[in-house]
Amino acid sequence: MCLAVPTKVVSLDGNLATVDVQGVRARVRLDALGEEVRIGDYLLVHAGFAIRRLDPQDALETLTLFDELFALEDAPPSGSPSP
Amino acid sequence: MTERRETSPFQLREPARARALADLLRRHAPPDPVRIVHVCGTHEMAIAQHGLRSLLPKEVEVLEGPGCPVCVTPTVDLDRAVKLAEGGAVVCTFGDMTRVPGTRVTLAEARAQGADVRVVLSASDAVEVARKSRGRDVVFFAVGFETTAPGTAAVLLDFPPSNFHVLASHKLIPPALEALMSGPPTRVAAFLAPGHVSTVIGAQAYRSVAERHHVPVVVAGFEPLDILYAIALVLRQLREGRAEVENAYPRAVDEQGNLRAQALLSQAFEPCDAVWRGIGTIPGSGLRIRDELGRWDATQAFPIEAEEGEEKPAGCLCSEVLLARAVPTDCPLFRSSCTPLSPVGPCMVGSEGACNVWYRYGGKPNL
Ligand code: SF4
Repeated sequence: MCLAVPTKVVSLDGNLATVDVQGVRARVRLDALGEEVRIGDYLLVHAGFAIRRLDPQDALETLTLFDELFALEDAPPSGSPSP
Repeated sequence: MTERRETSPFQLREPARARALADLLRRHAPPDPVRIVHVCGTHEMAIAQHGLRSLLPKEVEVLEGPGCPVCVTPTVDLDRAVKLAEGGAVVCTFGDMTRVPGTRVTLAEARAQGADVRVVLSASDAVEVARKSRGRDVVFFAVGFETTAPGTAAVLLDFPPSNFHVLASHKLIPPALEALMSGPPTRVAAFLAPGHVSTVIGAQAYRSVAERHHVPVVVAGFEPLDILYAIALVLRQLREGRAEVENAYPRAVDEQGNLRAQALLSQAFEPCDAVWRGIGTIPGSGLRIRDELGRWDATQAFPIEAEEGEEKPAGCLCSEVLLARAVPTDCPLFRSSCTPLSPVGPCMVGSEGACNVWYRYGGKPNL
């Protein structure tokens, strides 16, 4: 029930989107979203309701976050923490 | 299990980065043991499935707290649902709920004895059932955290048919974190906040817990790299003596959260004290349907005696597990008399319950 997976919008009909979840089509309501949705967008869906639009670009940027942490933490091992 | 499919841009599982993160965690292992508590079955599943515990330094323990909505639904509510079903209503709920032991029977057992109990995937499916069952009362037994509650709110605010009713047993996460910190000591050093609950309520929702109890809270996503990264941020905060809210899942969570979903929640519900199975009453941790929507509230439409139920079967250690004071293997019933096929306690039923996850991944998931 709590599992949310990114799904891809394949068609739109007012308050309803049809999404693709790992090859399976599902109907999703958009009332709890409060964002514009277009075909091809990724949605985070919980129990039949979209709760957020996801941007693949942001996923790539997450990797940058990880790398920043490496850079920061790999500096002087006993070093002083950055403020 | 469903690993081979077209890779999604959202799967962050690269072995090289995971190794680098694990290495970083090891180099920054804390001097003394620390217990990090997450409150999300999906986190537990990701940790088990990817064997993340084996990547952590031995000083770092990650435990699931009250993160399984099915497990924390109190017997009182469960018994109410059973009574409504036995009284002739169609009771719709999410799958796992039908198998949770109540005082007498589970909803599935009630169904075997002739009651009409149906599994739905969403609140709007339950409304559909009501539309197709004119002349019969249909009750949606609504459980789940802030991720699931907006859907229930949306259907309540959408003028559902008059034979549709909601038995609301939703729960809120920040008051639960507060309760874990205020109760008897649990040695919680830090929290990993559940990613998608945070999508709805925003990272700011944990600020008061973090400040009041001087406990770091890091919002974590669900990919293996997300979790390792969040743990690295926790260890850094502990090392530096900070206790802040940090967002390690910015691609799905921001500071304010989903304002539309929050508006739905506050239009349909008001906060109330709620009983968590195995834990007890947590102030302000539940959602009560607002009086204006009372005609769809099952507790008003069908006032049923709510007896205090048996919260915990004899010998079950669920309370300790839910409070992150024990792990499933500490329970003498684990894998002997308590298994997913014949669960003794609720933590073995919910597929997000710690006992259920540990059972499926072979004891302490530590591959
Ligand atoms: S193993 Fe079963 S009886 Fe023991 S704590 Fe878990 S759910 Fe309860």
